[in-house]
Amino acid sequence: MREISTLEVTKAIKDLCLQANRVLRPDVLEAIRASLGFEVSPTGKEIMEQIIKNAGLAVSEQLPICQDTGYVGVFIELGQDVLLKGDLTLAINEGVKEAYDEGYLRKSMVACPIFERENTGDNTPAFITVDTVPGDKIKITVIPKGGGTENASRLQMLPVSGGVEAVKEFVLEAAEGAAKSCPPVIVGVGIGASFDKVGLLAKKALLRSIADSNPDPELAALENELLVRINKLGIGPAGLGGRITALAVKIEAAPTHIACLPAAVTFNCHAARQAEAII
Amino acid sequence: MHYKIHTPLDDNTVAKLKAGDTIEITGTLYTARDQAHQRLVELIQKGQALPFGLKGQILFYAGPAPTPPGKVMGSVGPTTSSRMDLFTPVLLAYGLKGMIGKGPRSPEVKAALIKYNAVYFAATGGVAALLSSYIKKAELFAYPELGPEAIYRLEVENFPVVVAIDAWGGDLYDQNRELYKEA
Ligand code: SF4
Repeated sequence: MREISTLEVTKAIKDLCLQANRVLRPDVLEAIRASLGFEVSPTGKEIMEQIIKNAGLAVSEQLPICQDTGYVGVFIELGQDVLLKGDLTLAINEGVKEAYDEGYLRKSMVACPIFERENTGDNTPAFITVDTVPGDKIKITVIPKGGGTENASRLQMLPVSGGVEAVKEFVLEAAEGAAKSCPPVIVGVGIGASFDKVGLLAKKALLRSIADSNPDPELAALENELLVRINKLGIGPAGLGGRITALAVKIEAAPTHIACLPAAVTFNCHAARQAEAII
Repeated sequence: MHYKIHTPLDDNTVAKLKAGDTIEITGTLYTARDQAHQRLVELIQKGQALPFGLKGQILFYAGPAPTPPGKVMGSVGPTTSSRMDLFTPVLLAYGLKGMIGKGPRSPEVKAALIKYNAVYFAATGGVAALLSSYIKKAELFAYPELGPEAIYRLEVENFPVVVAIDAWGGDLYDQNRELYKEA
């Protein structure tokens, strides 16, 4: 067993929150640069140039890329041979609190979702997913995510008889909703599993690098087809019209019940914030 | 077209702006989002004075990140405008001339823009470090208890926006969607 103090986790979470908010995901920046030449709308081009300039300024001025510094999603891959000393949830939330205080990041969490909706004041709680894996390390991925694209997410139990066509239609419909957030977006699709797991699949799909494609050739083809079709919708950068509506479509599929075809779709805006570390 | 305009806006300036024009704004903007809108409209409905005169002014739908020491303003950018749709016609009737936000507006807002000769600008979302660099002065102006939802008075120089919906019914969201849609 390898002993790890949760103090180390707090420090990592704090650093990752600061880094993710100030440094645009390098593969996203690269994708914006690469697709600039394909954008035909002058407004769209201008917006993509602003995105590139903004990424530079955020780093040099140590300012967040977007003022909506999000809720904090935390994905932990916890090695089975790790002995954690301390309370993991508390440690993560402490790291979030320190980052959002000291980094002048906006606190955007409300305690009660329906009635008072009063701000928790420190951007906690984080939304934490822990998976156990072999080994004696902890991998931490932090994704601060804003409300705009989160609200465009959709989950539906599709009819099994609808098959792949139903999935396509569902994703394309949801993409219309993403027009109101901040395109170009990354599209994360979850298919299969159960009602509660399929949303997580979609979220995890967002974590994949822009350049990779699904190891399953059928799913890889579906990712490509959906990307091409979404980019024909005309939504464009900032929804003001153009070709570059999505930078990538990522699909994660999982086994499901004979009677079920759960599907979920979620989006990351071009201000894609993600940072990871291994302890 | 590309124009440089100054606040407060007058009728002639608003009337010449067309959906798709790129604009640089110099002058004063007031930030206001959901809760500030609710308060402003409540004051109007009760017949009470507003914290500032709306005539010719531009509201910026924004909830900035906190300002780090030594900076004029933290990161600031537009929030989704449709959440303000219900309140907008009332404010336009009281002399508001412009709004900056992101995303499409309701038919009611479009009709009110025509009726009151006003304009809706889009600023780019997610480029908030860049937008903050056009802000030369920022002052917490009203409702400090609302935190990021408080009203800030901003002095901006050449603040970049696009005319999204003009006073003639032109809507860049609709026009460009049609233009760039491929079968
Ligand atoms: S959708 Fe993304 S880029 Fe746009 S305002 Fe929200 S967090 Fe920022």
